[in-house]
Order: sequence, then C-alpha cells, then structure tokens
Amino acid sequence: MSKKNWPLWEVFVRSKNGLEHRHFGSLHAADAEMALENARDVYTRRNEGVSIWVVESKHITASNPSDNGELFEPAQDKVYRHPTFYELPNEVKHM
Amino acid sequence: MKNENLYRYILGIADSSLILGQRLGELCGHGPSLETDIALTNISLDLIGQTRSYYQYAAKLIGDGKSEDDIAFLRIEREYLNVLLVEQPNTHFGYVMARQFLFDVYHLMLLSELKNSSDETLAAIAAKGIKEVSYHKRFSGDWIKRLGDGTQESHDKMQDAINDLWRYTDELFTMTEADAEMSRNNSGVDVTRFKEAYYEEVSRLLREATLEVPERKYFQYGGKKGVHTEHMGYLLADLQYMQRAYPNMKW
Repeated sequence: MSKKNWPLWEVFVRSKNGLEHRHFGSLHAADAEMALENARDVYTRRNEGVSIWVVESKHITASNPSDNGELFEPAQDKVYRHPTFYELPNEVKHM
Repeated sequence: MKNENLYRYILGIADSSLILGQRLGELCGHGPSLETDIALTNISLDLIGQTRSYYQYAAKLIGDGKSEDDIAFLRIEREYLNVLLVEQPNTHFGYVMARQFLFDVYHLMLLSELKNSSDETLAAIAAKGIKEVSYHKRFSGDWIKRLGDGTQESHDKMQDAINDLWRYTDELFTMTEADAEMSRNNSGVDVTRFKEAYYEEVSRLLREATLEVPERKYFQYGGKKGVHTEHMGYLLADLQYMQRAYPNMKW
C-alpha cells in the first residue's frame, strides 16, 4: 500500500452546534469515506467536534502569495470601510 | 467464589476485548499510514476501556483486595477465556481488518443483546460499548470493501485473510457452561440466537466486497475453555512482562 498515492484532504470541524466549521488540518486518504473516518480518528478523538467536512485539497483554489499586494494592500488605508463611524445603541451588545 | 458462573461469564466477554486490544496495540507506530495507525490505536483503547469496566466488576466478585490489574496481568494462559479469533497474529493489514470485522459484527450483536441483561452492571457496560463498537464495525467493514474490491493484489490478500480466519468464527457461537447458566437466568446472552444473522451479515458484506464466502465445514474451538492457539503464549509474554518482572509496579 503506497500512501504516496493517497490524495490530500482538508478537514473542517464544527466544535459545537451553532458554531461554524473551522479548518483543523489535513490528512491523506484514498477516498472520501476514508477521509471522513481518518478525520474522526485524527482530529476528534479528544471530543473536539460534532460535525466534520472533508474536501480534497485539489478542489481548493488558493490566492497566490505573490498577488498579496494587489489583492490585500489596497484595503489597508480604507478605514471608512470599518463600521466605526456611527454610535451603536446599547442594546446591541456584540458587534 | 459464590458467583463463579458470573465471574467466568464476564471473563469470557472481557478477555476477548483485552486480547484484541493488545493485538491492535502491537501496531501502535507500525500502522500502514499515520491516519490508520491512530485509528487502530483508538479502537484498541476503546476495547481496553471496555475491558477495564468488566474486570473492575469481576474483581469485586473475587474480593480479597484483588484489582482489575490482577485479572488482566496475572493469570496463566489456560485461565484466559477469549475466543481464538482475537489472538490470531497481525499477519498483514488484510488480516488485521478481517479479524476485526469478523469480531466486530459478532461483538455488536452481543452487546446489543447484553444491554438488556437483568444484571445492571453488565447492561450498563454493554450500552456504553455499543456506540464504540458500531464505529469499529463501520471502519473494518469499509476496509474489507476497499481492499476486497481494490486491486487484484489487495483482493487476493483480503481473500486469504478471510479464508484463514474463517475457521475461528464458529467458536463465537458456542456456549460454555457459564454462558448457558447466565443465559438461563436472563443475565447472559444466548449467542446461538444470532448465529444465522451473523453469517448473513458477514456474507452480504463479503459479496459486496467481491470476496467469496468460504465454505468450510471444519472449525477450531478451544479459547472459550482456555485452550489457545500457539500464538497466545507470546502475546501474554508481551502483555504480562512488566507485572511479572516488577510485581505491583504502577505508573
């Protein structure tokens, strides 16, 4: 069994109902079912989760770090996009 | 001992979990991949956890200050009452999964019945174990399908393992004196009742995995009476070494 041939999967775990799935890490598996079981065994054995998503890493399209300048720097000096220019009513506790 | 039958009945169930747990534990750090390695160790720890609950109960029956460790580590080979299937060696990963699956299907059926036991402690231990064992069966069953219906090589290796281990399946459904007595008073399970369902379920999955169901008429028995295969002594030597070399050591 050559594990070199097993594709890489990204694992997302919801730690509690109501919270979103968060990226927990990655692992190797031959198919989706195995990825799910491996994720269960590797990432939730200490009671970390109530739901798991797995997705094969190749299906994730990532931004290229060399594009960071054009992608992210323009946002750095646009403070007016932060919702800090009006007063929050006291009733709104968590924003 | 007053409850000799109960004691032997508990050991009959618990020893199979202990010995299978020990077999899987041998693979810690030697699994075919990091992920599988962790999965096997998880299953091992589930089984040993269940074993502890049974042994703690059994230790109470002996009294005399005996603990679960005395039962786990300080008996001689003939006093272990596990089925022969679980002591078979980790020949290769196909064997590990075949042994696991053949046991898991049985184990889940056993616990599903045992949770209705009139003995509250046994019923509680069984109820707790059912979820763990359901996952064991899912894991091993998926691997049987994956390897059986995989490449020609994985198919052949899986078939070899099933053929070799098949001879130990019928013992799962034999009843010792303690089994019979406990079943009569509704605290134990009559395993013969789900023998047919067992072979049906196992056969269905084997066919799904494109494997042949062995047609074997000769089976091996003995573990439940303490008569083991030649592999058992080596396994116990590993298991017991620390307590034998350093009596009463703790960590």
